[in-house]
Amino acid sequence: MGVKEIKKTENDIQFHMLPNKKHKTLTFAVKFRAPLARETITKRALLPYILKQGTASFPTRKELQQELAELYGSVLSIGGSKKGETHILTFYLEVPNEKFLPDSDSLIERAIKLLYEIVYKPNQENQAFSQRVFEREKEILRQNIHSVKDDKASYANIRLVDEMCAEEAYSIHAQGYEKDLSTFSNQDLFSYYENLREEDGMDIYVSGDFDIEQMMALLTAQFKRSGKKKETEPVNKGTAKQTGAKELIEEDQIQQAKLNIGYRTNIFYRDEKYPALQVFNGLFGGFPSSKLFINVREKNSLAYYAVSRVESHKGLLFVMSGIAPADYEKALTIIREQLEAMKNGDFTEEALEETKLLIINQLKETLDHTQGIIEFMYQQVVGHKEITVDELFASIQEVTKEQVIEVAKQVQEDMVYLLTSEGGEAHE
Amino acid sequence: MNKQYFETIDETLYEKKLDNGLRVCLLPKPELTKTYGVFMTNYGSVDQSFVPIGQTEAVTVPDGIAHFLEHKLFEKEDRDVFADFTKQAASPNAFTSFTETAYLFSATSNIEKNVLTLIDFVQDPYFSEQSVEKEKGIIAQEINMYDDQPDWRLFMGTNKALFHNHPVHIDIAGTVDSIYTITKDDLYTCYHTFYHPENMILFVTGNFDPEQMMRLISENQEKKSFDKLEGIQRQFPEEPDHVKEKNLIINMPVSIPKVSVGIKESHQQLQGDAYLKRDLLIDMVLDYFFSTGGEFYQRLYDEDLIDNSFFFESNLQTSFGYVAIGSNTNQPELFSQRVQEMLLSTGNMEISEAAFERMKKKKMGQLLRAMNSLEFIANQFAALSFKNVNLLDIVPFIQKLTVQDINAFLNTWIEEDRLAACTIQNQTVEK
Repeated sequence: MGVKEIKKTENDIQFHMLPNKKHKTLTFAVKFRAPLARETITKRALLPYILKQGTASFPTRKELQQELAELYGSVLSIGGSKKGETHILTFYLEVPNEKFLPDSDSLIERAIKLLYEIVYKPNQENQAFSQRVFEREKEILRQNIHSVKDDKASYANIRLVDEMCAEEAYSIHAQGYEKDLSTFSNQDLFSYYENLREEDGMDIYVSGDFDIEQMMALLTAQFKRSGKKKETEPVNKGTAKQTGAKELIEEDQIQQAKLNIGYRTNIFYRDEKYPALQVFNGLFGGFPSSKLFINVREKNSLAYYAVSRVESHKGLLFVMSGIAPADYEKALTIIREQLEAMKNGDFTEEALEETKLLIINQLKETLDHTQGIIEFMYQQVVGHKEITVDELFASIQEVTKEQVIEVAKQVQEDMVYLLTSEGGEAHE
Repeated sequence: MNKQYFETIDETLYEKKLDNGLRVCLLPKPELTKTYGVFMTNYGSVDQSFVPIGQTEAVTVPDGIAHFLEHKLFEKEDRDVFADFTKQAASPNAFTSFTETAYLFSATSNIEKNVLTLIDFVQDPYFSEQSVEKEKGIIAQEINMYDDQPDWRLFMGTNKALFHNHPVHIDIAGTVDSIYTITKDDLYTCYHTFYHPENMILFVTGNFDPEQMMRLISENQEKKSFDKLEGIQRQFPEEPDHVKEKNLIINMPVSIPKVSVGIKESHQQLQGDAYLKRDLLIDMVLDYFFSTGGEFYQRLYDEDLIDNSFFFESNLQTSFGYVAIGSNTNQPELFSQRVQEMLLSTGNMEISEAAFERMKKKKMGQLLRAMNSLEFIANQFAALSFKNVNLLDIVPFIQKLTVQDINAFLNTWIEEDRLAACTIQNQTVEK
C-alpha cells in the first residue's frame, strides 16, 4: 500500500506532495510551528479568528465566503493546536477536483492564489488588522476561553494538565488566556504575524490527484520566504522529575463525574520503544476490547466511557472516564488494577496480536482520510523522525510481549483528577 | 444483480433486493484500503407506537427502547460481539437516531468475514433478564452524561418547544426512569417487527470484489427464515401546526447563555423527489442567509449577537421536520428576536439568478467533498433509501433546480406560529 511523499525545500519552505487517487477533492495545508510559550500563545490563538474574516481583495467575511462558493464550495479552515510543547498554526483549503465539475478550468490556480492571499495578504489598515475585526474577534475569543468550562470532559483534561504539568510549557492553554488579551495592541499582533511567517518552521502539503511538477510550479510561484529563519526549532522533551502520585478533587454542578489520570511514560514519537507504547495503550485502554473498557464498563457497569490515550511528543499518557460520583474510589481501584495487570504481563499472546492488527487497521483508515494523511506525515516533522508507512507497520508487528511489559513498568502515575458533583458524594 | 454507473461522480453501484426483502447495495472503491459496512433499520426513537408483527392491535413501548435495543444486540449468550470484530481487526460501532438504527464496522482486512459477522450478529438477538438489568446502569450513565452537556440540552429543548406530542421531543436515549421499565419482552417485540429484512438495508463500500460479495451475502440470507411482514403500521400522535411553547428557558450552569430559534416544518409525509427537493431547498436557503458569507450572519455578527459557536441545522423526515439556528450569546432575547424577524422577512425576498447559481455550485462541491468519506456515502445512502431517494443522483438533481423553485419555496417557508426559541442560562442572570 504505502503512501508516496515527495519532499522539496524551496524558498525556505518545506513542500510535501502526497499524490493519491483516493478522493474527489484536493487538500492544501499550510503549517507554521513554534515553541509553545505563554508570551505568544494568546496572539497565536487569536490569529485564526482574525484571518478568517477577510483578505486584501476579499475584505469581508461575506466576500471571502462568496469566493469560496465560486470555487465550488471550497472549504477553508484555520486553527491552532499543540503537539507536545510545539504550537502549530494550520490553514486548510479543500477544493473539489476539477475533473468532476462542469466549467471549472483553472480552479486550482485560483484556489492557490486565494490560499496565498489568506496567509500573506490579510485585510489590513496601515500596519495593523482592521480595528473593528480585531476588537470583535478578541471578544469572541474571550467568550470561547470562558465557555471551555461548559464541556466537562475537555475541561477535566485541561484541569488535570494544569496541575500535573504546572511547571512545564505543556500546560499552556492552546486557546490562550483572557488576561493576556489586553497586553498587546492590534499593531503588535500584526507585526508578530509578519515575523511568524518568516521565522516559524513552515510546511506546505498537498494531497489528492494532481501533477507534481505543475503543482510545485504553481505553489513556488506564490509562496516565498527570504530564508532568515531563526533557530527556534523546538525539541519536545519529557521531564526527569519524580513527582509522586498526587490527587485533586474539584466540584461542579454535574451529574456524571469525570475521573482523569495522568501518567509519565517518557517515551516519544522518535523513540524505539514508541511502537511498544502504542501496543501497550491498545491493550490497556485504546479500544473497546481493552482492559479499561472491559473491566470498568462491561464487568462493573461503572462508566459510560473509560479510555486511555498516548501523548506522543511529551511522553505522557492519559486515562479518561465518566463515572457516577459515588463510584470514584471503586473506579480508581479498578483502573489501577488494570495497569498492575499490564505490568505483570496479564494479557494473552492472542490479545497482543489482535491489538497490533487493530492499530495497523486504525492507521490505514487514517491514511484514507485526506486530512489524516497530512496529519500523519506532519507528526514526523514535529516528532523528528522519518519513517515510511511500511516501516511503521513492520515496527508494530515486531513488538513482543516482553517489550510491552517493559513499557508498562515505565508508565508512572503522576496525578489523579476528579471533577465531581457538589456535596462531596465522592467519599460516600 | 443490478449494476449502475453514475457518471457525474464516477462511481458504480451494484444492487439487489433479496428474496427475504433485504436490499443490498455495494459500492466498490478499489483505490482505498478501507471498507465500511452499515446494516441499517428504518427504526428509530420516534417509532414508539406500532402494530407488532403478526398482531392486530397497536402497542406503545417505553421511551428510549430503540437505543436500548441497539446496546443489547452486541451482547450474546456466551460473548460480546465487539470481541468477534476485534479478532478480525475491525472496529464496530452503532448509532440510534430519531428515525434509524445502524450497526457498522470498518476494516482493512478480513472484509468478507466482517460483513458476515455484521449481518449475523444483528440477525441473532439474545436478550435475557439479567443482561437487560445490567445494561440499565450503563445507559443511565450515558443519559446523565448527555444531561450535563448544555449543547445537547439546547438541542432537545428546542424540539420540546416546537412539538406538543410527536416523540421527536423525547430524548433518543429516553430518561433514567423510562429505561428502568424496559423488559426483555419489549425488546423482542420491537426487534421482530423492525429488524425484519424487508425494513432494512445493507450498504458496503470500499475495497472488495462486488460479485463475490453479493454471492456471499445472498447465500447467508438464504439459510435464514423470517416471518412474513405485511408492511409496518406506525402510529404518531396528532400534532398541531403551531409550536408548543414560544420561549422555553432551561436553567443550568453555563458560562455564557445559549439560545436557539427553531422552525417547525410542516409534516407533509414527503417521499422521493418531492422530499429531496424540499430538503435541498431548506439547506440551501439556510446556507445562503446564515453561513459565514450570508447576509443574516453578517448582521448578527455586526450586532455582536453571535460568536463562532453559531450554528444552523435542519432535519427533515417523513413524520416531522425542524430547523434550529443558535449560538452562545450574552443577549439571548435580542438574538431570538432578530433571528425571528429575519426569518419572517424572507417571505418577501427574492434570490437572484446569479446568487442561485453560486448556491448550486457550493452545494455540489459540498456534496463531492462529503463523498470523500465512506461513512457519509454509506450512512446517507441507507437513510435516504427509506425515503425513496438515491444519494448518487443528487448532483444532477441540484443542477436541474431553478431560481423559480427556490423563490417559490421562500415565499411560503416561514409562518410565525411555527417559530419558537429555547434558552439555556444560569438561574440568576448576571447584569
